[in-house]
Amino acid sequence: MSEQMTGAQSLIRSLEAAGTTEIFGIPGGAILPAYDPLMDSSIRHILVRHEQGAGHAAQGYAAATGRVGVCMATSGPGATNLVTPLADAHMDSVPIVAVTGQVGAKSIGTDAFQEADIRGITMPITKHNFLVTDPADIPRTVAEAFHIASTGRPGPVLVDVAKSALQAMTTYAWPTELLLPGYRPVTKPHSKQIREAAKLILESRRPVLYVGGGTIRAGAAKELRVLAELTGMPVVTTLMARGAFPDSHPQHLGMPGMHGTVAAVAGLQRSDLIISLGARFDDRVTGNLDSFAPGARVIHADIDPAEIGKNRAVDVPIVGDCREVISDLIVALKAEADLGHTGDFEAWVEFLAGVKKKYPLGYDVPKGELAPQYVIERLGAIAGPEAIYAAGVGQHQMWAAQFVGYENPNTWINSGGLGTMGYAVPAAMGAKVGMPGSTVWAIDGDGCFQMTNQELATCAINDIPIKVAVINNESLGMVRQWQSLFYNERYSNTDLHSKRIPDFVKLADAYGCVGLACESPDDVDATIDKAMEINDVPVVVDFRVHRDAMVWPMVAAGTSNDDIKYARDMAPRFDDDAETEL
Amino acid sequence: MSAPINTRHTLSVLVENKPGVLARIAGLFSRRGYNIDSLAVGPTEHPEISRMTIVVNVEDSPLEQVTKQLNKLVEVIKIVELDGASSINRELMLVKVKADLETRGQVLDTVQLFRAKVVDIAPDTVTIQAIGNSDKLDDLLLLLQPFGIRELVQSGQVAIGRGSRSISERNLRPVSVPAPPAVG
Repeated sequence: MSEQMTGAQSLIRSLEAAGTTEIFGIPGGAILPAYDPLMDSSIRHILVRHEQGAGHAAQGYAAATGRVGVCMATSGPGATNLVTPLADAHMDSVPIVAVTGQVGAKSIGTDAFQEADIRGITMPITKHNFLVTDPADIPRTVAEAFHIASTGRPGPVLVDVAKSALQAMTTYAWPTELLLPGYRPVTKPHSKQIREAAKLILESRRPVLYVGGGTIRAGAAKELRVLAELTGMPVVTTLMARGAFPDSHPQHLGMPGMHGTVAAVAGLQRSDLIISLGARFDDRVTGNLDSFAPGARVIHADIDPAEIGKNRAVDVPIVGDCREVISDLIVALKAEADLGHTGDFEAWVEFLAGVKKKYPLGYDVPKGELAPQYVIERLGAIAGPEAIYAAGVGQHQMWAAQFVGYENPNTWINSGGLGTMGYAVPAAMGAKVGMPGSTVWAIDGDGCFQMTNQELATCAINDIPIKVAVINNESLGMVRQWQSLFYNERYSNTDLHSKRIPDFVKLADAYGCVGLACESPDDVDATIDKAMEINDVPVVVDFRVHRDAMVWPMVAAGTSNDDIKYARDMAPRFDDDAETEL
Repeated sequence: MSAPINTRHTLSVLVENKPGVLARIAGLFSRRGYNIDSLAVGPTEHPEISRMTIVVNVEDSPLEQVTKQLNKLVEVIKIVELDGASSINRELMLVKVKADLETRGQVLDTVQLFRAKVVDIAPDTVTIQAIGNSDKLDDLLLLLQPFGIRELVQSGQVAIGRGSRSISERNLRPVSVPAPPAVG
């Protein structure tokens, strides 16, 4: 099986052996040797316009397909441009492998041209990383990188390869075994913990399934639905888990957290048992931690033991893969049901149904102007739940999480933990490459769009017909919202003037895309329909929306979830209901 | 000032003997805001495994986070907390103390008392080598202070469990390479 070849050939062969079919990247000096055999490889290399785009594309690809996304860059600035996507993938547990060139082994440490210690730089923001200076190590390192990225809690792995290792002759042999004595993720939950969890569930009267992104990564949406329907427990899906449970399902309370629904926030706050499945009690969900869900016991299931008990004390910790945990819980609860033991959640479900009905998601329609929420609502309705939606970060992201309506996992792709503006366009590009048969919409803000829209060129040239809805409120909208609420409407440096400069329609045109504009509610459906009909080139729609729209509900940063505001200066009174109805 | 005893924990960490491991561990402590009192690294009876002894200064619940986060590092193989009662803890101290003809006798008495050793001598100083747990070395230092300490260097603490059990018994089972996922 072993063959003589250059390190560069060995690298490409190894990437093929690991299952790589697409790479997003840009060549440069140190990685140049690898680009020569890449020309003859079965791997499709997509030449992006900025390495950050390559990294986010790999993330979008991975998030849409569940497979490892791969990006490639040269040393120094090429590698440092991958820092943001790596940090993003680390926060959101996205399996990607980044391959970077490094200066020759003898030059490492000499401040050589385009030298940066990318392994050192990315240590805190990767699941693991490698520096390869011996070409014989290339196949094993690539195999380990893919294994680490895709197993356990997924995450980014960086493989930095010295140019001298790429140029040297070596023997290629794909390993059959990996020696990773310190890496043994636990996927199978402990049966005793499952029994304990089942017991707590049956004892509880106000349980909530708190579903996080781990459920999506584990591919556990089907099992989750079975568990929810078996027990009748209410479900909340975090920003990272939108689509893990159908939005149309009556048991679904919506998204919890800072901009969550009143029902989801109330459900967690007033619960007596939180069953956390692949979620991590992030500050955006809990608000002030001390006052979060004060009466709740906690079952916390996660594949990463370090998440369990990190922020919130836990009654039943379960380490394991979410799909296996949920499957085992189903078996345990079915066995109990056969013995006639089922939970009594009727009053609770009824109470929450009341809250959900009383405080639905909504928005004000500005006179004569376009409501951004309306645009996103119509987009979700017309493109449908089979389409994939990628968002940037800010108001449009929250509205996209709230108003699209998700029915399927892996159809909502966003930057949750790191909050990376500019994520949408390259992530949508990666998703479209991974899922060419799906309609892929980037729902972007005018601020975000201007950070990474150079990848429209990549999309146009490489037949990646994504669709981009720019929710153009000519502002850094979320920052502006905080200035409205907390800084006396002093709008310091949030006015982007993007209804004037640049002209997004002309910009789209310049990039070989179709550019459309829409500023009247009456034209929204027709504009979306038109965009849906164009499938040969990317489409950019400039939705010129009302700039003062705000994201509601809102739990202000650092305050208690009990202080959720349904709209400005309007607090829901779910507790009154609780007293009368429970 | 040394911290109260209950927040000092001694962790023995077995790691793969690979470049960059120390940087990974140091970086983890720094970015998560954990305090290291001392850190010592050296080889073990297995050439592919190094052993770090890390003394951390945290309460119990953050300690659990420290060990969990350490365990997430791919190159960390095993972590064992060694408590004072069931383990031997030692540090090495070299200290250069002022000692002229008048005070040298008293300094040497103190050295005797602590079963320390004089390893170098000059007309106006003696250099003392002392080995012990940190409390003993602190006490010695306290007694030497009045004579005048010219220079002090201390190693990190190393520790080993009592009894015949070994924490570094080999656990280097390989895992098989999974087939790449089907595309489509």
